[in-house]
Amino acid sequence: MNRLDQLFKNKKKDILNIYFTAGYPNLDDTETIILSLEKAGADLIEIGMPYSDPLADGPTIQESGQVALKNGMTLPLLFEQIKNTRKKTEIPLIMMGYFNQVMQYGEEKFIEQCVEAGVDGLILPDLPLFEYEKDYKNLFEKNGLNISFLITPQTSEARIKKVDELNRGFIYMVSSAAITGSKKGISPQQIEYFERIANMQLQHPRLIGFGISDYETFSTACRYANGAIIGSAYIRALANSKNIEQTTLDFVSMVIG
Amino acid sequence: MIEVNQRGYYGEFGGAFIPEMLHPNIEELRKCYIEVSESAEFQAEFRKLLKDYVGRPSPLYYAKRLSAHYNTNIYLKREDLNHTGAHKINNTIGQILMAQRLGKKRIIAETGAGQHGVATATVCALMGIECIVYMGSVDIERQAPNVSRMKMLGAEVRPATSGSQTLKDATNEAIRDWINNPEDTHYIIGSVVGPHPYPDMVARFQSVISEEMLWQLKEQTGNEDPDIIVACVGGGSNAAGAYYHYLNKKDVRLVAVEAAGLGIHSGESAATSVLGTKGIIHGSRTLLMQTDDGQIIEPYSISAGLDYPGIGPMHAHLIDTGRAEAVSITDEEAVKSAFFLARIEGIIPALETAHAFSALDKIDYSKDDVIVVNLSGRGDKDLGTYVKYF
Repeated sequence: MNRLDQLFKNKKKDILNIYFTAGYPNLDDTETIILSLEKAGADLIEIGMPYSDPLADGPTIQESGQVALKNGMTLPLLFEQIKNTRKKTEIPLIMMGYFNQVMQYGEEKFIEQCVEAGVDGLILPDLPLFEYEKDYKNLFEKNGLNISFLITPQTSEARIKKVDELNRGFIYMVSSAAITGSKKGISPQQIEYFERIANMQLQHPRLIGFGISDYETFSTACRYANGAIIGSAYIRALANSKNIEQTTLDFVSMVIG
Repeated sequence: MIEVNQRGYYGEFGGAFIPEMLHPNIEELRKCYIEVSESAEFQAEFRKLLKDYVGRPSPLYYAKRLSAHYNTNIYLKREDLNHTGAHKINNTIGQILMAQRLGKKRIIAETGAGQHGVATATVCALMGIECIVYMGSVDIERQAPNVSRMKMLGAEVRPATSGSQTLKDATNEAIRDWINNPEDTHYIIGSVVGPHPYPDMVARFQSVISEEMLWQLKEQTGNEDPDIIVACVGGGSNAAGAYYHYLNKKDVRLVAVEAAGLGIHSGESAATSVLGTKGIIHGSRTLLMQTDDGQIIEPYSISAGLDYPGIGPMHAHLIDTGRAEAVSITDEEAVKSAFFLARIEGIIPALETAHAFSALDKIDYSKDDVIVVNLSGRGDKDLGTYVKYF
């Protein structure tokens, strides 16, 4: 069974997904970060493939990606690092990046590499539902690789149902109309949206991301979904880190309280 | 037939590879852009503004001395004589009318050379709508007169400080702004790039260029079809407009002129048709300059308007299928052509447009051919660069 599916079978709430940019702060930190996050109590880990033009991301993640690329991060190297790390952990791992990276690597080859390296799912924010269903659905399902689609406060009910149908793994609920790392706190309008989605009785678990950064926002998000995703706040913590393991322990403790 | 399909594809190029956050806006546009822009009421207002405000039709001018020099027949489509000095205003007039009909209260735009930014700031002033223009920090430096014009017109110019700090990055910032402001804002893209329906919508608004060429050529030469149409291509909006009504006339040769910067293989270039491979940029599957690992390469050209690592999906399709010929022109060749045109015809072209004139030295033609060069913009904004070559 896919490790992600296993996780969602065993754990229904307070699921913590932490994002980091591969190759940041240093080229070879991937394994240390993954193992430290697991030890600290993260339930799943989202590995960002650094990209030159990350349209859905804010300045924090974009800058970390630029550093990572400058450090020499590439997809072949990242797959190698993940494959080695996978020998030491069974924590669910997903990769997040932009569809052009997958296209250039070769869609089929990319998906096969994911499976071989022990990746459980993908998030590709600029691969739309329509293109996925038409060209890539069979490829993902044949290989047993999960894919998470995004929904936002502006996504129509009909489209959310379509997402629920095509999605494998968790649905990524974007908390507000924003890029990553840009808003602070959770407003009453956002709560209304969280409740609306919670009441839709979707078949897939939901994780809330964008604007989740600390104990307060994480626990609020967890009241309305199966868990939440933190990215920019963790990157900011890593930026000033002298010891990745300690920083990660402190950060995760701060979030889960 | 060269036409975009319902999903925004020209052959294998196009589509809408956008994050879900942009879906409602793009879908709203996709559903209505043809119906709205073709309605009698819209067309009446659009045409009236093009005539009375922009000053259309733009002249088609037989360049006698230039023709004699090249020993052929060269006509110049004078988009440089439009209000604000370039073809860009054709599109911004169309899009501001579209934005009004969608009930949008705030306009954002990206700009490279600043011509699109000025054209957007102009129509926003005309309609009394808030305007924010994203512009790469490098371009803010090299196109200072246009920055001042935008400010005088009441627009806010926001510098894009990421990446190469040019057009690509300004476009990223504009898209991010739209993600953050999904309900009240319309994004006026300045070229035939971006997710569907932008490439087709912008091409339609720019198609007035070739629509006029049909009757102007008929009037002046007796034949509505030229032998060759030459236009510069960054994203490709002036070329799209100049080609539009000739796309399915196979006897009319289409020449797309790209910026080769310091030389195609110098590492400092924007010659996408030669250096580009298939991929996704700004929501569109097209040709773009990228590494093997799918990272977008920062382009270079002396001309801010051609300094873009991709081309519109329509042009990718035209070049990929052989319908259009691509020619690459270096900085030095372009500047030389600008000076030559100034001396031989009394016209100072924009640096972008100067690339199109250089192509006359590279393409095959015969003595009896009729060649139209789309004179997409005037060179006032580039004087700061030109004076360095005095």
